[in-house]
Amino acid sequence: MLTYLDFEKPLAELEGKIEELRHLGDSAEIDIASEVEKLQAKLDKTLKTTYANLTPWQKVLVARHPDRPRCMDYINRLIEDFTPLAGDRQFGEDAAIIGGMGRFHGRSVMVIGQERGRDTASRVKHNFGMPRPEGYRKAQRLMKMADRFNLPILTLVDTPGAFPGIDAEARGQAEAIASSVDVCLSIRVPLITIVIGEGGSGGAIALATADSVLMMEHAVYSVISPEGCASILWGTAEQSKEAAEVMKITAQDLKKMGIIDGIVNEPLGGAHRDHAAAIEAAGNELWDQLVPLLRLPGEDRRLRRRHKFMDMGRQEVGRVGSKSAA
Amino acid sequence: MSWLTTLIRPKISDSAVKSEVPDNLWHKCASCSNMIFHKDLTANLLVCHHCQHHMRIGAEERFTLLFDEGQWNKVELPKVWSDPLKFKDKKRYADRLRETRNSKKLQEAIQVAVGKIGGITCVIAAFDFDFMGGSMGMAVGEGLLTAARQAVAHNAALIAIPASGGARMQEGILSLMQMPRTTIAVQQVREAHLPYIVILTDPTTGGVSASFAMLGDVTIAEPNALICFAGPRVIEETIREKLPEGFQRSEYLLEHGMVDMVVHRKDLRARLTTVLQLIMLPNSPQLKKRA
Repeated sequence: MLTYLDFEKPLAELEGKIEELRHLGDSAEIDIASEVEKLQAKLDKTLKTTYANLTPWQKVLVARHPDRPRCMDYINRLIEDFTPLAGDRQFGEDAAIIGGMGRFHGRSVMVIGQERGRDTASRVKHNFGMPRPEGYRKAQRLMKMADRFNLPILTLVDTPGAFPGIDAEARGQAEAIASSVDVCLSIRVPLITIVIGEGGSGGAIALATADSVLMMEHAVYSVISPEGCASILWGTAEQSKEAAEVMKITAQDLKKMGIIDGIVNEPLGGAHRDHAAAIEAAGNELWDQLVPLLRLPGEDRRLRRRHKFMDMGRQEVGRVGSKSAA
Repeated sequence: MSWLTTLIRPKISDSAVKSEVPDNLWHKCASCSNMIFHKDLTANLLVCHHCQHHMRIGAEERFTLLFDEGQWNKVELPKVWSDPLKFKDKKRYADRLRETRNSKKLQEAIQVAVGKIGGITCVIAAFDFDFMGGSMGMAVGEGLLTAARQAVAHNAALIAIPASGGARMQEGILSLMQMPRTTIAVQQVREAHLPYIVILTDPTTGGVSASFAMLGDVTIAEPNALICFAGPRVIEETIREKLPEGFQRSEYLLEHGMVDMVVHRKDLRARLTTVLQLIMLPNSPQLKKRA
């Protein structure tokens, strides 16, 4: 049974009616089939208009949807021979970050991603997708290894943020994130990121300083959660919707700003309504991004990645400047 | 000036001075609440002589404190895209920036200068916490990239002195992008085989601690500075637990292997000189020549 978000009430009602009619099915005399067809058409239309016009805050809710496909769903569907690798060789194993080798379209790759878990037990196991320093250090180890064996790296970002806890701080969360960004910018193999759900701040950028950054159509990516931003700037989390608006956190806004490189369309009504279609679309786009990158010499890739981030936000200075000069 | 103003003024300014005396001449320590005479405070580099609490100081004061004979040249920083989101919370970000610039007499949260320390050419990029909590946006990122470029051009060491609450939220995702951008600055200095030294001061948190601030070849911290990724309040709210004494302070980081040394402000220049000379002048004049 699908979980409905608040703004999906009209959808829930329609789907409920269809379900009812279907149950009625054989016994009744009325033309069930045509009635269902009518309702289905109405439902599709409502889905389409609702999801074409999601507000930034609604996108946050969709990005966090409990039924949305998770990191492991993507890996299971896209990667053959997935071989998980564990531990940072310094302190421990962090299940909030999944890492391992596998085949993507037949090519050996390294996959690293944040896993939030689905039911209560797995959520606790994966710490709700909030990595500790050892998670980031495992990611660094795997990125360096991939670089040595010329394995392209795919990272799947889905985290509310790095874990804010005593143990995480004691073991140097800040250093772990800083070093991950450092490693992302040092390696010569292709590095492609896809934000599949929530891209939460430093916890996300640690894996997302990539040659190419993609986002799922209804994913969000931001420097702080709208709730956090609202409580700091407005003094209350009640302004979260407004914060989501002004922060520009949607894939569409970030593409316009030149922060991300592509958007993967989600099936009608969001990825949670059709995992297979969403993941298939993501896989195709990831492959399309990877192919041209594979042709570049390694050092070119590294310098290209560096310049991409160095130039970010710079091109606008000239544009804004010339506008005011005119 | 007319005779009238010169005649009348003494009375007014007299009473004004009287009420100002305690404000200007005496400073209350925020840590131990003891009163400190202003001359003592300046002489002690804004460190309380009762409890050794290190108060925040500005970038220009840092330059004067650390460079030889207090001599330095300011490096001009490039113009940046200053309000990428046309951001507005209770106030428009553009207005907030303008007001802060006027009231603080600062352009941004970072300043860069070139000079010598112990005879060795250095570029220092120092933060002004007074400017919007030293928060990191496009201007700060560009400041660090400029500092790195200057260091490479001068064959100089790069010294970063953060004092920052983290990302400039009003610049949204672009503030997050300063984490990779400042990391690139560090990499450029590293590739030129030049030393990159960080002096962590109170506070160094969030996106600043999780990028260039934690990537130093040598990392020094001022005593009792708050240095962390997630702030104590965020952690307390998340885990609903009281935090241990001294948690996330310089001495705690030293114990946990995150910094090389904790150095009192009055000794910073001397320690920095030794470190720089050891790296940049590997052959001292006293080096014994073996036949």
